[in-house]
Amino acid sequence: MPRFAAGAVERPDIAVPAQQTHPLAYQLIRVLDDEGAAVGAWDPKLSPETLRRGLRAMMLTRAYDDRMFRQQRQGKISFYMKCTGEEAIGVGQAFALAPDDMLFATYRQQGLLIARDWPILDMMCECYSNSHDRLKGRQLPVLYSARAASFFSLAGNLGIQYPQAVGWAMASAIKGDHRIAASWIGEGSTAEPDFHHALTFASVYRAPVILNVVNNQWAISSHQEIAGGEAATFAARAIGFGLASLRVDGNDFLAVYGATQWAAERARANHGATLIEMFTYRAAPHSTSDDPTRYRPENEGRNWPYGDPIERLSRHLIRLGEWSPERHKQLEAELVDYVREVGREAESYGTMQTGPHFSVRTMFEDVFKEMPWHLRRQRQELGV
Amino acid sequence: MPGMSMVQALNSAIDVMLGRDPDVVIFGEDVGYYGGVFRVTEGLQKKHGDHRVFDAPIAEGGMLGTAVGMGAYGLRPIVEIQFADYIYPATDQLISAAARLRYRSGGEFWAPITVRAPCGGGIFGGQTHSQSVEAIFTHVCGLKTVIPSNPYDAKGLLISAIEDDDPVVFFEPKRLYNGPFDGHPDRPSVPWTQHPQSEVPDGYYTVPLGQAAVARPGDAVTVLAYGTMVHVALAAAEEAEIDAEIIDLRTLLPLDIDTVVDSVKKTGRCVIAHEATRTCGYGAELAALVQEHCFYHLEAPIVRVTGWDTPYPHIFEWEYFPGPQRVADGMRRAIEG
Repeated sequence: MPRFAAGAVERPDIAVPAQQTHPLAYQLIRVLDDEGAAVGAWDPKLSPETLRRGLRAMMLTRAYDDRMFRQQRQGKISFYMKCTGEEAIGVGQAFALAPDDMLFATYRQQGLLIARDWPILDMMCECYSNSHDRLKGRQLPVLYSARAASFFSLAGNLGIQYPQAVGWAMASAIKGDHRIAASWIGEGSTAEPDFHHALTFASVYRAPVILNVVNNQWAISSHQEIAGGEAATFAARAIGFGLASLRVDGNDFLAVYGATQWAAERARANHGATLIEMFTYRAAPHSTSDDPTRYRPENEGRNWPYGDPIERLSRHLIRLGEWSPERHKQLEAELVDYVREVGREAESYGTMQTGPHFSVRTMFEDVFKEMPWHLRRQRQELGV
Repeated sequence: MPGMSMVQALNSAIDVMLGRDPDVVIFGEDVGYYGGVFRVTEGLQKKHGDHRVFDAPIAEGGMLGTAVGMGAYGLRPIVEIQFADYIYPATDQLISAAARLRYRSGGEFWAPITVRAPCGGGIFGGQTHSQSVEAIFTHVCGLKTVIPSNPYDAKGLLISAIEDDDPVVFFEPKRLYNGPFDGHPDRPSVPWTQHPQSEVPDGYYTVPLGQAAVARPGDAVTVLAYGTMVHVALAAAEEAEIDAEIIDLRTLLPLDIDTVVDSVKKTGRCVIAHEATRTCGYGAELAALVQEHCFYHLEAPIVRVTGWDTPYPHIFEWEYFPGPQRVADGMRRAIEG
């Protein structure tokens, strides 16, 4: 595969027919070059203040992940999934979208919530299934739901969120609403029928939605080629559906932002949906239950040709004279302390192991809006 | 009050709800311009607009997937699956998403979706246009399952289903669309117009979910039935001159357990009749509930009269279908013990 240069891809007008974007499915939109300069038409030209906020959100995401991963190793939560190396996707896309655009994510976009300033305390309590878990201990750790942040309940069934996002966008269009939807799917799950359904419905109804494929190369132990990634790029899946297609360096905060902004403006102006392939690398194991040394070379991540998203944005800010290695180190340490401090508060509300949890009675609630007789009797049978 | 067929009553329910609630939309294959292959949505696109009544691609999973998103937005989508036999591609979205959304999100999101689908045989549809798949859905926690047996109930129940904030699977016995069917395929078909339950108000009314109806009071034996089998059981009771109490369950989940238990305690005998295959069918759950609640009142074993455990055969439709003779034989077995 050729290594694409930053700044080389043209940026079409947001209103162009989808077909004119199709050559972009075989290129790679990059803004940050190897020296940390922002180049080319896709540079969103963000203020240093916004860049620093983006950097902080990515670093907080990483610090949060690191702590929660260790909490699983200590037996305080049952399971965890990191997004290491993919922080620019969740954070950069949340920055480019409006705060009330609706997000139908997967379990690896925790950066969306963090970028929307959703309290990590709330996220931790979900992972601990403790007495402050708004999901009442019903969901695996990391399967968050945050309606107040316009963040849809996460599912463990891969891909089902994709057509749901399209349906939400169709509803928004039916109501003449300005809000758009965005969804994410892993490259491995593009083999599911839900992917096909989402693209068909998005095309047929011209739904105001952004459909992202996060190609992080690995679906647990399966390389992206098992989903057909060697025969055509995932961005090229858009071509047969007549949707706009972009292929983006997912480790480049500015490219992620610029492409998402383009797709959001296009959707909001009723020019239709865009499929964006976010080309990245899953630097961490799939989950705490996974051991990647059994199926991929240990040095593969270090040799990833597009680097680390946090290092790259930091280098860019330093180059602009708006950041320094010292400030970076200091912020890193502050965030570790912050996450530890919040973690202690979260633990004070209980952990998976020790509780306190929600009352067992709540197990029978929310199956239906009103509890039918058979669930009432089953609750009595359990004696709660 | 006009005499309506079940098709007209269902059309009227959707029309009324599209008029009352701007959040109601309906879509499915051939639903929009054409008005549906069974004509249930005839004229609705013209009246309510193509943003409220529209065609869908042939992708049942896509219909349910988008419906979940519409529900999360705040709409009340009605999805028409052209035949219940085609619902399987939609089951992942229905079971993994719609049914569990309220639970998994701690009550933050829910799926106020109504899924309509014609079910049952009797029209020589073969195995891909005849199935009764209700037990797949009654087994899923978080779904309500409804099967009407006449035009009045069909309209009132469908309005309740649309207004319900939980997902409802609404099966319409297609053999009842245009007239009551007593299970005698050799006799001329009868239109709904002569039937008292074709008296359907034009406007809004509801039949609540979770309430059964006594279709025929009696003392000799209780027959638990729904959909087409209600009419078959009525014919069986009349032809065999058995004073059966026939319960039309109307809603399978949540079940009206009190009406079932009261009747079986009174008669001491119970026949369960459904068109669906027997093993792990809804009748198995009914039999379990009846013995749990009425064991000391039962005078004889519970009898199940059902479709056989085969795919719905094309040419042997009437050997497969549990007609009045088989239901009457079942009643006799329950009475004789």
